[in-house]
Amino acid sequence: MYPASFQVFIPASLEEALELLAKYGEEAKVLAGGHSLIPLMRLRLAKPKYVIYLGKVPGLSYIREENGTIRIGAMTTHGEIAASSLLKARNPLLSETASRIGDLQVRNMGTIGGSIAHADPAADYPAALQALEAQLVVRSVEGERVVGIDDFILGPYLTDLQPNELIVEVRVPSLTGAFGTAYEKLNFRAGDFAIVGVAALVQLSPDGSKFEKVRVGLTGVSDKPVRARGVEEALEGAEAGEEAIAEAAEKAKEGLNPPSDIRASSEYRLEMTVALTRRALEKALARARDKVA
Amino acid sequence: MEGDGGGLIEVTMRVNGREVKARVPPRMLLVHFLRDVLGLTGTHVGCDTSNCGACTVIMNGKAVKSCTVYVFMADGADILTVEGLSEDGKLHPIQEAFWDNHGLQCGFCTPGMVMTLYDFLGRNPDPTEEEVREAIEGNLCRCTGYVNIVRSALDAAQRMKGGGGG
Repeated sequence: MYPASFQVFIPASLEEALELLAKYGEEAKVLAGGHSLIPLMRLRLAKPKYVIYLGKVPGLSYIREENGTIRIGAMTTHGEIAASSLLKARNPLLSETASRIGDLQVRNMGTIGGSIAHADPAADYPAALQALEAQLVVRSVEGERVVGIDDFILGPYLTDLQPNELIVEVRVPSLTGAFGTAYEKLNFRAGDFAIVGVAALVQLSPDGSKFEKVRVGLTGVSDKPVRARGVEEALEGAEAGEEAIAEAAEKAKEGLNPPSDIRASSEYRLEMTVALTRRALEKALARARDKVA
Repeated sequence: MEGDGGGLIEVTMRVNGREVKARVPPRMLLVHFLRDVLGLTGTHVGCDTSNCGACTVIMNGKAVKSCTVYVFMADGADILTVEGLSEDGKLHPIQEAFWDNHGLQCGFCTPGMVMTLYDFLGRNPDPTEEEVREAIEGNLCRCTGYVNIVRSALDAAQRMKGGGGG
């Protein structure tokens, strides 16, 4: 199907893009890799009057480390994030999650900024971004603000992004010490969205005996990505081991009321949230233990 | 640059090594440009919903689903379609491997499969069977059950390593 007609603006600089957003933002959609927006436009679920295409704006695609923080440009593709040697070493949770998004062609085009702005409740990144307590840098002609992922995604396809604003950067920590991470995704068809997705980050004490810090992010099980805070609190300070994980993972379903749809019932999603939380934490623990030695 | 809703937008790109200039509506998709404007019908329209991969072409070295790319996004790009793979009448090693291993039945998905593998084998010249199966996750085949396609891909990797072109 052909999308409805629209007018396109192709700014050559970030300043120009922000000015266009300030002028047309209410009736405009920002186009990055297009792998969320174009399918919606083709189904005519989205019929923007204006499209602002970021492909010719320089300086929005990068992955670099500065003072313990990894900064990722909003136009960086899933494929670049999956393949980044910096992320594989210092934040493998994000690269592992990116490698599970869609398929090879989708990862070649889709961007992290676009995916976050789209805020699909079953998208993969938000689980990892929750576990990593990611920060987003958002800019408009009025200036720049930094907002945490938990405050940014408000509901299905709903974010805190104002019509004149653009996500320009994603910030995640550069991990050090005895850390381990894992992303567990349940889907039945190749390349599909997550029925349940669980991202785990485990930081052990230097001797590997205790859980110092635990973060668990969930996607697909609520109207927005959430942290499994009950699991985190049960494990932090506890003796590091599989038994503690099995007990704590039960808390992953606390307070959740997952949707029922054609792919899975609410009850099934709840049970799988517990199972995948356990698996993700076990894998993260094993990877953290490899670093203790 | 600005394209009016009813008006046209100017694009320039290289398609199979040839420079192409055109004025297109903003909403025109790359797959329709290749097929209907340039007559390159080797790139297929399958599901039309970004799932099946039959429309896969190479854009700036990377496999993309051309049903999910507006033509203006390909402005300045280097595009390679299945028509551009053979040289002087000699098939590309991936095409030869599909021929010799009977890597197709009806053939509808084949151009997309070949173009995805062109990207993948360029980055991973010695893949495992599992890696090949993951690489073609975004290309659906309703005939073969994928067995001969995977066999063709593994054979193509060996041929390309042997300096058979590419």
